[in-house]
Amino acid sequence: MRYSGFKVITEGLFGNKGWKPAWRDPAPKAEYDAIIIGGGGHGLATAYYLAKNHGLTNIAVLEKGYLGSGNIGRNTTIVRANYILPGNSEFYSHSLKLWETLETDLNYNVMHSQRGLINLFHSDGQRDAFARRGNSMINQGDDAILLDREGVREHLPYLDFEQTRFPIYGGLYHPRGGTARHDAVAWGFARGADRRGVDLIQNCEVTGIDIENGRVVGVQTTRGAIKAKKVGMVVAGRSSQVAAMAGMRLPIESHVLQAFVTEGLKPVIDHVISFGMGHFYISQSDKGGLVFGGDLDFYSSYAARGNLPMVEHVMEAGMTLMPMIGRAKVLRSWGGIMDMSPDGSPIIDKTHIDGLFVDCGWNYGGFKAVPASGLCMAHLMATGESHPVAARFKLNRFATGHLLDEEGTGSQHNLH
Amino acid sequence: MRITCPLCGPRDRREFYYYGTDDYLNRPVADAAPTAWDDYLHNRDNPAGVTRDLWYHDMGCTSWLAVTRNTVTHAILKVEAVAPVTGGAK
Repeated sequence: MRYSGFKVITEGLFGNKGWKPAWRDPAPKAEYDAIIIGGGGHGLATAYYLAKNHGLTNIAVLEKGYLGSGNIGRNTTIVRANYILPGNSEFYSHSLKLWETLETDLNYNVMHSQRGLINLFHSDGQRDAFARRGNSMINQGDDAILLDREGVREHLPYLDFEQTRFPIYGGLYHPRGGTARHDAVAWGFARGADRRGVDLIQNCEVTGIDIENGRVVGVQTTRGAIKAKKVGMVVAGRSSQVAAMAGMRLPIESHVLQAFVTEGLKPVIDHVISFGMGHFYISQSDKGGLVFGGDLDFYSSYAARGNLPMVEHVMEAGMTLMPMIGRAKVLRSWGGIMDMSPDGSPIIDKTHIDGLFVDCGWNYGGFKAVPASGLCMAHLMATGESHPVAARFKLNRFATGHLLDEEGTGSQHNLH
Repeated sequence: MRITCPLCGPRDRREFYYYGTDDYLNRPVADAAPTAWDDYLHNRDNPAGVTRDLWYHDMGCTSWLAVTRNTVTHAILKVEAVAPVTGGAK
């Protein structure tokens, strides 16, 4: 069923009785041309682009829970393209371009809102670093505007500019940055893949990967064995467990990252704001809740909830930056399980097993990458070659030294 | 989360710096193959469940500790000083 304004109006006039489920609930077949393990944002996007760009429709997405039950529904929904390093810069730039046409492409409202992202800076040194970052973004063909303090004040008059600890010197404004409705991204890709014939199989946990003579031949699941000559592992925080089924040890350590949302408020924050000194970022959802987060808890974890020291730190940072939010009541907090790579950049690559591919290492930046990750993973699985914008996301780059250390803190698990 | 330091007793998690898995206790010899070094530095079992990792009591006695804990529940199961485990500095 194609969605349209006309359809909304006619359904509204006739009791909304004509809507159909957005995707089927098929039983697994005995064999597919390709299997995607993981029905989150990246997995669903991979399936969608395999069908749309490569004509591969005899494929299945296997999800152990329900579609979109992982990090795609547990993030702060920020979409941006403000990277410096060759390898990252072109990838996130490409992803943002995909976001800009995604709703038309999917015929689905993902509520992508280019409300602008402002990264604040608080010293001369930080200003220089952000000026350099802005130049890199412009060189990549994206947008960046260096704002002085008065420029920031015009956009964000409610910040505490005179704070003595971290006085605000200015900000790097990325007008095309913004947010999207996280669940809708999963649902839009799911519906798009389903409409092209992809089987989305829920409550189907992969329990083994079958390998014969160095080639993948299928998977074992809680709903029986399924054959396939190509298998993509797209399971974010659970990457190590799934890869272990193929005898692999990945350069991944899973960490918990917390986020928070307040009760719904009238519109007060029009942008996405990031405050690097306190490691705090915030935006306001279309429902009115202030959505904000901070840094990792910084120990390996699968708990999907964090500890109180980081809660306190995030609240303190928010109050330092914008005391006006002090009376808002926090409604919920949650933790996502981040697949952290040693250099803080992702992996989209083949493995040493023929037909087995891996898409992981999204760290705390996976949401904005969903469209390009899916597109590049689909390209890799269909053609056997890396997509040009993801050519540096190699699995073996830690061994070869071709690191993508955007923060410049070193290639070590506990530093990103 | 509280960690019971063998020297200082139960202390807040904020006093400790997390370094990573106890793989770091098995450092390859200097002329080991590059793959051994890659494995040591980067590749991880990353278990969902019981793990043992290294923490530094930064704001306490400055001991390196081997902490056995559960990554799913955050329960701390055992805390040992690293020096007796490895035989200390040689």
